[in-house]
Amino acid sequence: MTRMIGEQDYTSVAQDLLTRASKQGATAADVMVADGETLSVQVRMGAVDRLTKAREKRLGLRLFFGQRSASASTSDFSRDSLERFVEETCALAQAVVEDPVSGLPEPGQCATDCPELNIHDSTKLQTNEQIALALRAERAAFAADSRITNSEGGECDSSSGRIILANSHGFLGQYANSSFSLSVSPIASDAAGMQRDYWYGVNRSFAKLESPEAIGQEATRRTVRKLGARKAATGRVPVIFDPEVAGSLLSHLCSALSGYALYKGASFLIGQLGQQIAPDFVTIYDDGRMPGGLGTRPFDGEGLPTRKQAVVERGRLTSYLLDTYSGKKLGLPSTGNAARSIGESPSAGPTNFYMVPGTTRPEDILASVKQGLYVTDLIGFGINMVTGDYSRGASGFWIENGELAYPVEEITIASNLKQMYSTIETLGSDLVFRGRIASPTVKIAEMMVAGN
Amino acid sequence: MSKDESGALARFGVTDREIEQALGRVKVSAVDYADLYFEYCQSESVSMEEGIVKRATKSVGQGVGVRATAGEKTGFAYSDELTAKDLNIAADTARYIANSAQGTSPLPVSHRPALARNLYPHDRANIEVATRDRVTLLNAIDAEARRYDPRIKNVMAAYNTEYKVMLVATSDGLMVGDIQPLARLQVTCIAEENGNRQVGTFGGGGRIGLDYFQNDQRYLHFAREAAREAILNLSAVDAPAGVMPVVLGGGWPGILLHEAIGHGLEADFNRKKTSAFSNLMGKKVASDVCTIVDDGTLPFRRGSLNVDDEGTPTSRTVLIEKGILRGYITDKLNARLMGIPVTGNGRRESYQSVVLPRMTNTFMLAGESDPQDIVRSVKKGLYAVSFGGGQVDITNGKFVFSASEAYLIEDGKITRPVKGATLIGSGPDILKQVSMVGHDLKLDEGIGTCGKEGQSVPVGVGLPTIRIDEITVGGTKA
Repeated sequence: MTRMIGEQDYTSVAQDLLTRASKQGATAADVMVADGETLSVQVRMGAVDRLTKAREKRLGLRLFFGQRSASASTSDFSRDSLERFVEETCALAQAVVEDPVSGLPEPGQCATDCPELNIHDSTKLQTNEQIALALRAERAAFAADSRITNSEGGECDSSSGRIILANSHGFLGQYANSSFSLSVSPIASDAAGMQRDYWYGVNRSFAKLESPEAIGQEATRRTVRKLGARKAATGRVPVIFDPEVAGSLLSHLCSALSGYALYKGASFLIGQLGQQIAPDFVTIYDDGRMPGGLGTRPFDGEGLPTRKQAVVERGRLTSYLLDTYSGKKLGLPSTGNAARSIGESPSAGPTNFYMVPGTTRPEDILASVKQGLYVTDLIGFGINMVTGDYSRGASGFWIENGELAYPVEEITIASNLKQMYSTIETLGSDLVFRGRIASPTVKIAEMMVAGN
Repeated sequence: MSKDESGALARFGVTDREIEQALGRVKVSAVDYADLYFEYCQSESVSMEEGIVKRATKSVGQGVGVRATAGEKTGFAYSDELTAKDLNIAADTARYIANSAQGTSPLPVSHRPALARNLYPHDRANIEVATRDRVTLLNAIDAEARRYDPRIKNVMAAYNTEYKVMLVATSDGLMVGDIQPLARLQVTCIAEENGNRQVGTFGGGGRIGLDYFQNDQRYLHFAREAAREAILNLSAVDAPAGVMPVVLGGGWPGILLHEAIGHGLEADFNRKKTSAFSNLMGKKVASDVCTIVDDGTLPFRRGSLNVDDEGTPTSRTVLIEKGILRGYITDKLNARLMGIPVTGNGRRESYQSVVLPRMTNTFMLAGESDPQDIVRSVKKGLYAVSFGGGQVDITNGKFVFSASEAYLIEDGKITRPVKGATLIGSGPDILKQVSMVGHDLKLDEGIGTCGKEGQSVPVGVGLPTIRIDEITVGGTKA
């Protein structure tokens, strides 16, 4: 039977699994249970295109036989299935090799507080309300400019869920969260062809979601300005990343700072802790307890309390992103950054990760460039995490004498991430949280642009 | 009813009658088409790093997705519980788009006879490999890569398998089941010399079992190839930047076709006229030497399927014939709305996702040129033989794909290895730049995963050696 959130007490399911694992001989274990429901509405050209509704639940078990460990997940919570599930996971753990570093966090390390973090809004939207919001956003996009001739549609999603984590040291924690999002993707056309862009809002609180009109208008502004794009000349120029794409530079930083990449030798930031990796006006935080944040949670994927910490302080690398295992491999304590997919062993990743804004208005950053590139979109996967080598497809605008002169596309930008972080020239004053990772406008002194 | 179907039905614990009732409930007159997709999927992964096999994971999931389409609308619901009650709730949710009361009479479905072909006959024991056999294989890979060169400092390898049972019942009155095994072995090596660290990767697989990797000790070949690429990259120089001729090697570089034209020919984008290829049917979009197909019927291939996720047998679809755009990749919804044939490309990641038109194995047919002549024809350019991922903007047609193993061509000779670089071009134009096609068509090793609307599905690509006269290479060297 499908169940509403909160209707079923999954904490007892979690504790039952721990008991069964112990009976089967496991020396330690933890269980994560997630359940949730989602309603997704997509409209296109003024009509409903797709409705998706679902409830789901899943549990993940990680267990240890001494220092052998395995993880497994299932969506089948029936008693018989769970008994077999525990048996199979035990067999799996006994088949792998002992890993001297493996294990749960120490009993005293787990979170004991459960602060109010404003990450759950119990607003229940009706299907018709979500359809209306998505239609309004798309309508606003069309109304904003006559060059919008087609649309990939508008989408309004709502979801809510609950996470329960329990381990054999006696930790039991749970929290609920919610998410509301609205987006629209208009298509503009002229004699030269079509361009598409999109804009979106996402928030844990429905009341804080931007209006459909604001989202639709911004989507259109971003789309029509791309019409008439051409290639740019090949050469070395200053490059400005708008906040959306500047966030990707922080994502790459997170990947390089993950304890797992570091101990495997797969990061270009190995051995850089305590070193200057960026100019002294660059400070970056990871804050797992930012109220209402999309990356906010009271405890991490192993039950350790989250916190706010400086990752880069005045340009100096002050922290990696670690869970218990990767921390031990590096001889460091966990930073409370265990990320967990149900049924996987933990990895390490950011919570709310952001760069402290500068004081320069974005238009003043533009004004500082005589010839250069303003990047609004990046595509492709041309990043080598081991070396930091960076080469991606880009589009945006050519800057001439401090102003956006014309749109450009079918170009690449290339450099090395280490070099890019250390040659950040200016940070904008325009930090807005629109995801777990947020950045203001960033100007990099020089990159190689390949075009004509 | 075939053996697979009866096994599948027993697995899901649902009766024919319950399926027919749920279908009848959702397929009212205002609904054009409806289907129920049952899925059981078990995936297992064993991975090694630092010389020890320290991680093993297993995931089991099952559920049903119920879908109704009416005009351009799709209603969709899914459940991880498979009782008659859950089926009916999902059917009612999916029917919401039709805005009408539930159907009351069951919709009869007939079982399709066993498929005339099985593209990936399997022995379950060979698919569900014992963990200790995986461990043995991974340990040997570690030893082989380190033996290849002492500069190899770390080896990471993973052996992943998936065993998927699907059963789809459609309002066309059809019920088809399939068992779809999938395996992949991936090796990553890190080489280090004087503080210079480089990475190399190699992997492969398909709808195959353990014996595939054991035959001719193929797993050791994977280890050596990953090690070779890492060592090679130790001496790589900066890649050039700008427009130049590029020679692509055979196999995985076929990702060019997947990004540059494949996505642009998926029917949904063309029905909505949001693709750069909209309105180009019958027009010249490539040079005469280019013929490109999508073929889901190749035995044991990663992108192959006996039937797609709507129960349609997969087929071979000619997309581009001697440079002329000939066909789209379709599912039932888009084929119906566009009045074009169903090609058996309706795919979904799982019961939790809707069907979209997706590629299977996409490749260019062999030409007549000698691959060595193709390299010799280039005075100054790039020879790229291995790639990481790629991406495309469907609407303006701009695509990228990133080389992970590439060399300079100087005066017709392959000279120094260069660092990875992204190549960027425009889908409707790039294949007009193909001036030579080799006789050496090669399919990839079986590592591709394609993402669309957040759904990942396994795919294959293939390419002979080709010459592209002009494409932008995103290196750092002017």
